[in-house]
Amino acid sequence: MTTRWFGAPVQRLEDERLLRGKGRFTDDIGEGALECCFVRSPYAHARITSIDVGAARVMPGVVAVYTAADLPFGGVDLPLLIPHPNLTQGRTQRCLASERVRYAGEAVVFVVAEDRYLAEDAAELVQVEYEPLPVVITPEAAERAEHLVHDDVPGNVAAEMLQEVGDVDAAMAKAPHRKQLRLRYERGAASPMEGRAVWARWSQSERKLTVYDSTQSPTSIRGGLAVLFGLPESNVEVIAPDVGGGFGPKIMLFYPDELLVPYAAMQLGRPVKWTEDRQEHFTAVNQERGQVHEVEVAFDDEGRVLALSDDFIHDGGAYTPYGIILPIISAAQIPGPYRLPNYRVRFRDMYTNATPTSPYRGAGRPHACFVMERTLDSIAQELKLDRVEIRRRNLIQADEFPYEVGVAWQDGNTVVYDSGNYPELLDRALAKLGPKPEGDSIGMGLAIYVEGTGVGPYEGAHVQVLVSGKVVAATGIPSQGQAHATVWAQVVADELGVDVKDVEVSSGDTRRFPWGVGTFASRGAVTAGNAMYVAARMVADKAKAIAADQLEAAPEDLELVDGRVRVKGAPDKGIPLGAVAVLSNPVRYAFGGGTEAATQFARKARPGPPLQDGEQPGLEATGYYSPPGSTWAAGCHAAYVRVDPKTFRLEILKYVVVHDCGRVINPLVLQGQIEGGVAQGIGGAFYERLAYDADGQLRNASFMEFLMPYATEIPPIEIDHIETPSPLNPLGVKGAGEAGVIPVGAVLASAIEDALHVPITEMPQSPLKLFEAFSNS
Amino acid sequence: MRVNGVDHPVPHDARRLLADHLRHDLKLTGTHVGCEHGVCGCCTVLLDGAPVRSCLMLAVQAEGHDVTTIEGLARDGKPLHPVQQAFHDAHGLQCGFCTPGFVMSVVGLLAQHPEPTAEEIDEGIAGNLCRCTGYASIRRAVRLAAELSR
Repeated sequence: MTTRWFGAPVQRLEDERLLRGKGRFTDDIGEGALECCFVRSPYAHARITSIDVGAARVMPGVVAVYTAADLPFGGVDLPLLIPHPNLTQGRTQRCLASERVRYAGEAVVFVVAEDRYLAEDAAELVQVEYEPLPVVITPEAAERAEHLVHDDVPGNVAAEMLQEVGDVDAAMAKAPHRKQLRLRYERGAASPMEGRAVWARWSQSERKLTVYDSTQSPTSIRGGLAVLFGLPESNVEVIAPDVGGGFGPKIMLFYPDELLVPYAAMQLGRPVKWTEDRQEHFTAVNQERGQVHEVEVAFDDEGRVLALSDDFIHDGGAYTPYGIILPIISAAQIPGPYRLPNYRVRFRDMYTNATPTSPYRGAGRPHACFVMERTLDSIAQELKLDRVEIRRRNLIQADEFPYEVGVAWQDGNTVVYDSGNYPELLDRALAKLGPKPEGDSIGMGLAIYVEGTGVGPYEGAHVQVLVSGKVVAATGIPSQGQAHATVWAQVVADELGVDVKDVEVSSGDTRRFPWGVGTFASRGAVTAGNAMYVAARMVADKAKAIAADQLEAAPEDLELVDGRVRVKGAPDKGIPLGAVAVLSNPVRYAFGGGTEAATQFARKARPGPPLQDGEQPGLEATGYYSPPGSTWAAGCHAAYVRVDPKTFRLEILKYVVVHDCGRVINPLVLQGQIEGGVAQGIGGAFYERLAYDADGQLRNASFMEFLMPYATEIPPIEIDHIETPSPLNPLGVKGAGEAGVIPVGAVLASAIEDALHVPITEMPQSPLKLFEAFSNS
Repeated sequence: MRVNGVDHPVPHDARRLLADHLRHDLKLTGTHVGCEHGVCGCCTVLLDGAPVRSCLMLAVQAEGHDVTTIEGLARDGKPLHPVQQAFHDAHGLQCGFCTPGFVMSVVGLLAQHPEPTAEEIDEGIAGNLCRCTGYASIRRAVRLAAELSR
């Protein structure tokens, strides 16, 4: 056999154009586009009493100014993406607010001008009068319900859900020990380096709408635009070109601009582009992670958890476009890698006057992991048990899979872990961590987590061998840096026996592949990866069937190696894949590329018509993969930190990760995902904090004050892997995109508590918070 | 102003940012804009050989100066600049949005410190934000770039 690409550290195929400055991000597309900007609400909660756009409309250079009253869909609520029976009070915003604004940053007026400078000038001329209303900014304030975010939503409760596995009350009553904890996690922001952007062009003559959008789901955007504008889907093209990081918020749709930019392009007959600036990204792009948990846990003398009850509130923000997926994930992921025979969880999804929420890398899991790991640390402390030992005693063992947790999962099924080996993750992490360094104020922290990855419903792929022998492959889900062009090429190259560099991948372009769901929930490798595998296998089978005729051998005796279909055991007897592609398409007119071999007098004669029943022209196939359930990745992170007792500066002395995402497609890409995830976790745990004041104003909406880590804050991360293949899909893969970020808050909380001996019950932490906690203790 | 070795008139509009002028007037879209307030470093270009933020400069301020953008490091058809090559070899990029800024900063760093220490590397890239890589692979890329540049 030749090289096996799957599992090899193949260097990325998409790098060169990005390194040369030839990438194509949405804002790079000009083509004479008009440019836009928004007038957004400065208030977190207010009634709009008047909007005057007169001066803006007549400003030279302004092409159009839209308020809700100017839009045919101005009175329509934006879609609620994931309805759920428990979401009894779902509310979504409108494209442009006209009566009420419920978060600072909500869009009110949309200005289109000859260029961005003029659009911003015109926005300054727009006069909006507001009557401020009382603001509900924390989930606790929402729970007190002294004021309402939506007048018709009692108690600010969007949804409530209660689940129980086993009998918690009975187990609690019998348990020798019980303990209560209150744990709090604040909102965070994904902050990809490229903000959001949309570019649209309408061709009246072709009745065709072309949209470039920095979205994580071009297929959904296409579906929505087709419905809104009454066009067949085939007349709407949506392309996610190069996208400068996603991390979740770009899966949210529809942001107002995603409808307004195409609408304006159709109305004005010119391309229209909107590019977000960083300040509006901070307030207008969805956030996540705010939750307050009230935990009661029962355990025996050995530290085994007998029952756990958690009642938590989730800061949903001003609207619920993404449904209640986030608290559902949190509720499902609290048990983590531990046996929890009796578990009750209730959540309430609360409206607040803050930016709406939808997944941010980790999506409900960092907070869930924090809850379980803090609870175990607290039990260990009470029983004077080692923190490692208590985990060992509660871990699900390697022979217990599939392991049924029994709570609801985000795909509509219940949680069943497909495979794993959690004790080994722990052992390897400890071995890698090594002995504690000498010195004062040094703490050790660890956390183990599982991550439901690879959710459905499905993805698809199209694979075609060209007459040149080169291969093109396409899937609907876009890349935001995850190396799709490399890893899908690896999967396809193996099945077709070609060089990885001979496979050109398109991802996230509905012109190349119109169906699919999106890039989120660590699902690309599982869903699109297996779809690529399925499609490539179909192409390989077709190639063998065609070549079998030519080589006078049975298809099962053929193999695809080095760009040829050849007879097993007789490598000289074979034909190039490109020649098979030629023969797959009987032609009347040769058009070069060797196609004369497929014309009527040149073809090898066979009985029946040239294209027989069931045959299709072209050496190509479209395949789909729809997972029966999630694949469950897992990992253990452990760290030594030093906290300066005077400045409370955090120094991470060592950080180790042992990770299991099933079979690894590309270790280089995986390493990058983990390293980046841990760094994002460190940022969210200690440096970045969204500082909302009581009026609902985000006081640090810039990189000057929202302290994303530079290299100087991020230590080297040491990584090891184990592989427990998923039995659920042919490639045996599980997702890895979010893994790095999930346990970091829990690890650092554990380590800081160990270093300073002050209880850490909140995230994020900061030098100031630690100083205050330390001074009060 | 001279951009990548070619003379260009400065724009008439005095308020036009250098970043916007490069991207939208000269179509050199490899220079990216990540924050417009001088923190993220995505818009880094070389002004007379030294890294600067093109989002904090007006285009007219570049009059009489020599500007190098990412497109000027290695011309089309020519091999990658050693810093670009090192970023590829060390998997120093994911989404690629911050990458041109990092590459330009590292070109500046290596001009000052051809054999940078670990501290000099961290300091040298501590004016650029990356949200994808966690910086580990970028550090490796800088070390490799120093080797390739020798």
